[in-house]
This record gives sequence, C-alpha cells and structure tokens, in this order.
Amino acid sequence: MRRIQNEKLKAQNSRRGSFLSPFKAIKFLFKKPRTFLFPFQQRDASKRYRGFHLNDWEKCTGCGNCADICPNQAITMVKIPEIEPKPGEKNERPQIDYGRCCFCGLCVDICPPGSLRLSRDYIHIDHATDSFVYLPKDEKTDKEHFFSEGEYSIFKANLSHRKENFEGFVSDLEYTLFEPQRVPMKEVPPEERKLSFIEQVLGYNREEAKKEAERCLECKLCEEACPAHLKISDYIKAIYEGKEEESLKKIFEDNPIPSICGRICMAHCEKACSVGRRGEPLAIRWLKRYTADSIKDYKKALEESPAPPTGKKVAVIGAGPSGLSVAYFLRLKGHSVVVFDSLGGGGGMMRIGPPLYRLPIEAIDKDVNYIASLGVEFRFNTTVGKDVMFEDILKKYDAVYLGIGTTISRSIRVKNSDRCILALKFLQENKIGKGMKVGKEIIVIGGGNVAMDVARTALRLQHMQYPAEGVVTKTVSLEDWDIMPAREDEIEDAKKEGIQFNPGWGPKEVVLDDKGNIKGLLCMKVKSVFDEKGRFAPTFYEDKEMFLEADMIIEAIGQAPDFSFIPEKLFTRLEFTERRKVKVDENGMTTIPKVFAGGDIVNINLDAVTAIADAKVAAEGIHKFLTQKS
Amino acid sequence: MRELELFFGPQHPGMVGNFSITLKVEGDRILEAIPNPGYLHRGFEKLMELRNWIQNFPFVCRINVIEPDSMEAVYAMAVESLANIEVPERAKYIRTIVLELARLASHLFGAWAYANMLGFDTPAQWAMADRDHILDLFEELTGARVYHIYILPGGVRRDLPDGFEEKVMHFLHALSQKLPDYNETFFENRIFYERAKDIGKIKKEEAIEWAATGQVLRATGVKYDIRKVEPYLVYDKVEFDIPTRSNGDAYSRILVIRDEMVESAKIIMQCIEKMPKGKVYERTPNPFKWKIAKGETYVRVESARGELGLYMVSNGGNTPYRAYFRTPSFNHGLFILPKLLKGANIADVGNIMISLYVVAPEIDR
Repeated sequence: MRRIQNEKLKAQNSRRGSFLSPFKAIKFLFKKPRTFLFPFQQRDASKRYRGFHLNDWEKCTGCGNCADICPNQAITMVKIPEIEPKPGEKNERPQIDYGRCCFCGLCVDICPPGSLRLSRDYIHIDHATDSFVYLPKDEKTDKEHFFSEGEYSIFKANLSHRKENFEGFVSDLEYTLFEPQRVPMKEVPPEERKLSFIEQVLGYNREEAKKEAERCLECKLCEEACPAHLKISDYIKAIYEGKEEESLKKIFEDNPIPSICGRICMAHCEKACSVGRRGEPLAIRWLKRYTADSIKDYKKALEESPAPPTGKKVAVIGAGPSGLSVAYFLRLKGHSVVVFDSLGGGGGMMRIGPPLYRLPIEAIDKDVNYIASLGVEFRFNTTVGKDVMFEDILKKYDAVYLGIGTTISRSIRVKNSDRCILALKFLQENKIGKGMKVGKEIIVIGGGNVAMDVARTALRLQHMQYPAEGVVTKTVSLEDWDIMPAREDEIEDAKKEGIQFNPGWGPKEVVLDDKGNIKGLLCMKVKSVFDEKGRFAPTFYEDKEMFLEADMIIEAIGQAPDFSFIPEKLFTRLEFTERRKVKVDENGMTTIPKVFAGGDIVNINLDAVTAIADAKVAAEGIHKFLTQKS
Repeated sequence: MRELELFFGPQHPGMVGNFSITLKVEGDRILEAIPNPGYLHRGFEKLMELRNWIQNFPFVCRINVIEPDSMEAVYAMAVESLANIEVPERAKYIRTIVLELARLASHLFGAWAYANMLGFDTPAQWAMADRDHILDLFEELTGARVYHIYILPGGVRRDLPDGFEEKVMHFLHALSQKLPDYNETFFENRIFYERAKDIGKIKKEEAIEWAATGQVLRATGVKYDIRKVEPYLVYDKVEFDIPTRSNGDAYSRILVIRDEMVESAKIIMQCIEKMPKGKVYERTPNPFKWKIAKGETYVRVESARGELGLYMVSNGGNTPYRAYFRTPSFNHGLFILPKLLKGANIADVGNIMISLYVVAPEIDR
C-alpha cells in the first residue's frame, strides 16, 4: 500500500518527461513474454468457467425449468422417445441453441436435480452452420463424445468432441434460485401428543402457506404423478396470490374431499416434486389442507350448483373417498345420487382408519356435508345385503357404483392367532366406538401405514390408561427398513413417540401362558419377502427365533374386500384380474352391466387419491352410460 | 475553401466503437459535428420489461461491454431498493472489490484505446495485457471473462474462491510496480503530453452546465464522485481520495484516470483487509413467482465513466414496468462531443472523443 501511495505522490508531482524516456521500454524485450503460442500452448479455463453445457440424463427429470428461466429462449425441451420416463418424470431433455445462449448459467442455478452443469469447454469447430443446436449430455450418458486428456485434441474441438471430467460452473444448493428448504410445519411435540389424540399437525397460517407456495416452480411433474391429476401448480399459485377461493375451485375440479386428502393423502406428488430432488419437496398436501381449512364455507366459495335434473338415479355403495367423489361428480351433472353406507357418517375407511390425531371427524364431515348440500342423499347406518338388498338396488337404480373398499382385516393364521385383535376393529372401536382396554405391552404385526396407525393409537391409549406406568408398544414386520411399506414420515413420527421396531421378523406362534392369556409372540427371521417375480411370498429361517413378550397382539397385515352382499348368481359374473382386483373397463364398468366400481377393490395403490382417480373415470363412464342409453 | 461532409466511423481506427460522427469540414477545420448513434441499439430497456426480475440480470451487463459490473450492480441495487432486500455484509465487500477491479480493467482498457489511437503501441499492449490479468481474476471469481453475470439481486452468485484475495493482492503489487513504466512511456511521455495538452478543453462552469460527470467533470476541478456524495455498498467504510485536475483538457482527463487506478487499488486492499466472513447471497423469492410491490426508484453508482443511474418502476408485477438507464457516455458522446469538436482539427477527432472516455453501447443501449 505504501508503495502505491509513493507512486501516487510521484505521479502527482510529475513533470513533463524527456523525449527519450520512453526508450526505457526496450528492457521488456529481454523479459519473458506473457503471451503463449495457441494452440500448441494452452491454458485451461478456470474451475468456475461457464462454457458448454453438460447434462446428466440419468438425473434430469425433464421438468423444463431451465427452458423457462432462460432469458434468451435458447433452451427447448425435446422429447426423447428412447427414454422410458421414470414415474413422475418426463422423457424431455433440454436442447441448447448456442446461437442464442449467453452462458449466464441461470439454467444451472434453477436446475432442481442439479443435472445441468456448464463445462470448461468453449471451442466449437464445425463446417455446418446448424451444428450448434445441441442436446447436452455428459461423459456418463454419452461416452463416445467425451475424451480423456490423452485422446482429446484441440484441433477437433467440437460440441461432440469434448474433454471428460471437465466440469465448470455447477449448481450449489446454497446459491440455487429455488428455495430447497420447506417452511416447517408446526407440530405438537412427540412427548405431548402421545398422551392424547390431539391432532399432530397444526396446519399453516396464511403467511406460511404463501411462503411455501412461493417455492413452487410450476414444472407440473407432480400433476403427472398424482393419480387424480389434480391441477396442483394452479392451486398452489392461487394460494401464493392470496386467492384461496380460486385455489379451492381448482382443487374441486378433480378432488371433492380436500379436507380429508389434505391430511391423509399418500402424496405421490411430493415424491415427484422436482424441488425435492435435492431439497425438501413442496408441502403439497399441507397446502391443500391450508386451502380447505382456510375456507369456512365451501358453498359460498365454490358457487357451484348441479346441472338441471336428468331424471337418472345412481346408487353408490360405500361413502368412502371413491363413493363420495362419484356422488359429487354425478350430482354436478344433474343425476340424483343415493349413497349407502353401514357407518353412522360419511368417509368410509377414512372415518374408521386414520386415527383422530391424523384425521379428526370434523374434517371428514366438512367434506361430506358439502357434498350432501349439493343434493346427494346419504343413507347411513344402512348395510347393503342386510338392511337393503343388492338386487333391489340394481332394479331400482339406473347405475350402481361399488366403492366398498377393503373392510375385512386379514389374519396371520398362525397358532393361537385367533386371540389377536384385528386392526380395523381396533381402529374403529377407538375412533368412533366405545374405546378399548389395552395391555401394557402391545405387539403390532405389520409394517404398513395401518400398522403405524394401530401402533400409535395403541401407544396413546396406553399412556391414557396407564399414566406414569411403564408401557411398551412394538411392531413386528416382515419387511426390513428399506422395503417397509409405511410412509417414511409416519415411521419417523412413530419412532419419535417411542415405538419400538422389529423389522425383518415374521410371526411363528402366539404363545399363551397356563391360564390361556397372551404371553407373547414367537418370531422367526425373514429370509426374503418377495419371490423372483416380485410377488409376495415370504420365506423364513426356521431356526432363527426370537420371543417378544406382550399381553396384547394386534394384527395389521392388510385387508380384503367383503363381497358377501352380492348374491351368488351375480357374483359369479363378476370377473377379477390376476392380482385379485375387480376387473373394470375404461369406463369403470365391471363385467356386470350397469355396475361400476372403483377404489381399493379396483386399484393396487390402496389409497384415497387413487380411489378419487377411479371415481373420476367411473363418474365419466356412468354419465356416458346414462346419457347414451336415452 | 469548399465545405465537405465527412463520415467518421463506425469503421475507423480512431473510433470508440460502433459509433459514427458526420463532420462538416472546411479544409482541416471542423465546422459542425453531428453524432450518429444507433449501430448498437438492442433495445435493452424495452426487453427488460418483458423479462422477470432474475432473467434481467444477465441482460444489463451488456449495456457497457467494457465495464459490465457497474451495470449489474446498479440493477441489483435498484431491485433491492424496490423490494427492500438487505444484502449480506460480505456480499457488499465482494461487490465493492468487483466494481473496483472492473474500474481498473476499464481504465486500463481506456488507456489502451487512447495510447493505441495515438500510436503508442507499446504501453497500449501493456495495458491490454494487464487488463487481461484482471480478466483472469474475474474468470476465476465469476466464471466468465467479460460478461461476469455475477452481481445479482440479493448478493453475489458465489463466494470468493480459495486464495482469491492473495491473487488480487499479488496483481495489485505487480501493477503498482509497473506504474513508473506507464508513466515514462505514456502518461508523462513528452509526445503524448504535447498531443493531448489543451485539446478538448472544458471550463468548470461549462462542465457543470452540460451535466458532465466522471473524469470529464473532475478534470475541470470539481470534486464530485457518487462514491463520496452518496456512498453505496461499503464506500463509506474505506478511505480514498477523489483525484482532480484543474485544466479541463484531454491530458487532465487521462491523468485523472491514472490517479483513479491508484485509488481503486487502495479501496480493494482495504476491502480485502476488512471483509467479514459470512453469507454472500440472500435468496430472493422464486424467480417465476417474484412480484415486487408498486414503486419507483432511482439508484446511482459511480461507474468508471461517471454517474450511472437506473430509474426503474415496478407496477406490482413480475417484470419491471419501466427501466431507464442514465449512462455517462450518453451525455458525453452525444452532447459534449459535438461542442468540443467544433473548431477542432480532423486529426484531433479521435483524440477528443477517446479522452471523453465514451463507450458506444452505453449510448445506444
């Protein structure tokens, strides 16, 4: 610094120099030149250099955010037929027009999976003028155009003659243009929530919802992944713009039970969310819940009314998600709809399955009441096959929809397993029934979402019935951690609440003591759960055993449908698929004429949103069936 | 003698770029000079209205090819002022370093242009080579040599790479050692002195009246610099002088430029010393959804050529409703230049024009 100041002083005091002084520059003739002989001598571009693109086709999801952000519209998404898109991805890949590209790297900073990068290559020699329209790949997916240091020649430098391992400007999560962190959802802490059935998740307030909605990049990968294809990016955008009514309208186009789905949806969309590739996916489910909760009166917000009466009558058996949806869609089209359900209220499996800490009854009733307010007639406490005969329904109505779900809990069928309690009975009794006395040491058999519901319900009951006493809830599942079917967040929550897991064990025998009371469960180690074809066929190491003590065992290993209400004569006409699902055509119609079906008896996803998707298909099918006939 | 019309540029070695002047001459003397801009008009201000707040930031640097960083900075600062974004402290220091490095690079480029035009090829090549070292530094920091696209609303795009500070210090020392050579061969060269002295002379009052800024104003003795008048970034936390000269001619202007390089080096060194650790980027909202509340702003910085301002209006949308750049060359090149050329020799056209430090893309935008 001092030197610089001295120089400055000198400069300021300077006088006109002599004519000869410039000749001092001759000394530079004897110094090493700063230039070098290109191309025989080269210097590599810097580590952050923004040169030609690289794209990892394996990681790229085809979301198209790069094309959207490009200020010069240099990027086009091109369909690549050879790529078999993974679920929740597109087979489109970015194509760069280097006649337009300004190498700003915004595409790199917006790329959610971080597949698009810039390399340090920047030389392109070609005789063809259109050769700079280019589909970038990288050395992983395009070995033949990337060369090692030895093979690479600068005289051939081209978009398709590149150096391998020559990354330049790459994406960095700290500097991305999207927000990888989710707005945290406020929850009741595990120590507190396990003492009662208080709803675990508190929901977003308006600010939080807006902030979360703002993260959405509108790439719509989620909409592809959603079985019911909800217009997710639209309703999220409406939340961001503070138009909750608009958001609700968008949701109701495809899903008439947002209050339910906003709480318990399996959220296939969140698995597809492009922001979730490296960061946390958008809280799409919580945003839907926010919309549903923020609007007190659906009717006022939606302003819908059914079409003029068509005079057609439709019977819907089962008021679960698929039954409710079919009823809603058909009612809007002007048909008169009657829904039968054996329970005292709507919701079907939603009413008995998800415990109160996940899905309170009020949330269910909000959706059901709205559908009822449109003129759908609900006949609750009416069991088809007992209170009203299926044949009569078939005679009286123009179309029948079966949304009966799977209502019989399967049993493990080992020695003494008749002493176990079945999951659905346990859940129903404790959600809408009188409640149940539980043991101090409970084993839940199963590794799915129902098993988690059962275990966490049991834990709460234990804490309520035996306050300040040592209680234990453990689960035993065939599946090991990596293939456990329950949602990860469910498993996490269960762990936090103190539930013990025993994955990879199968039940061998329910052990009784001398008085005939349950003493525990004898388990054996699982060899494999699936066979080579991926079918469920567990095998065990018979000699590796473990004994778990318990005074109560609950089985939660899956459910089956109950078709007993269908008379024998008709039931023989009902065809099933290889996976023992009811066979339906593209209109949702079963092999029995004018009988349609959807939900858990049709699809293999066994969740609410897929049931809604089935219902949409069936509603269209029924409408077509009813209007064509006349 | 007969009056002639003479086209000077855009293809002329003495021209500052894609710019031309129509000269009305009588013999060797210029009667009238009519600037003829438009060769580089790309309509950036209009294009900006069609692109969102983030898409615009790789755009603006192209308005000044020689010193793109002040453009990026003024845009980022305008967006930040509209959206009330506070930039992390470290980012402010990095921005200051980048802006001063850009000023150095620009002045070296200016020295090259001037020396080259007058035939001082040796110092011209030195200046170009030294500028190249700055471009190397920029390449390492930002990933590009000319259009750095580095300063964005919310901070800067990446933190300094490892060892960058040392490299900058090393370069500054090397440059300071070079200064006597520059002085002897160019700034204090007798031939150059004779050539530039009393050429394109502006009086103090005239400079103020013609709204001159930068070296053009400071060479007449007015101590005016946005960095002092209205400090932005961290210019109020570093010590530096504003070099002035009183003669107002081309020679004074080039000496102001030379002295400013020394001041820039001082600022960079202080920034490197004082720079805190921490974040360099405060993430702005999702670029596809980002809307900025209704409002207008005028932000100005001292670019290498003078006062650079950006007037920007948001109508509550996700694009600027209007953006207008106040660029120093616009004034110097279109308004002051014809006044100075009147009565000058044809041989001095390039001399005067380059001493005004005009850069053509700033005029056209």
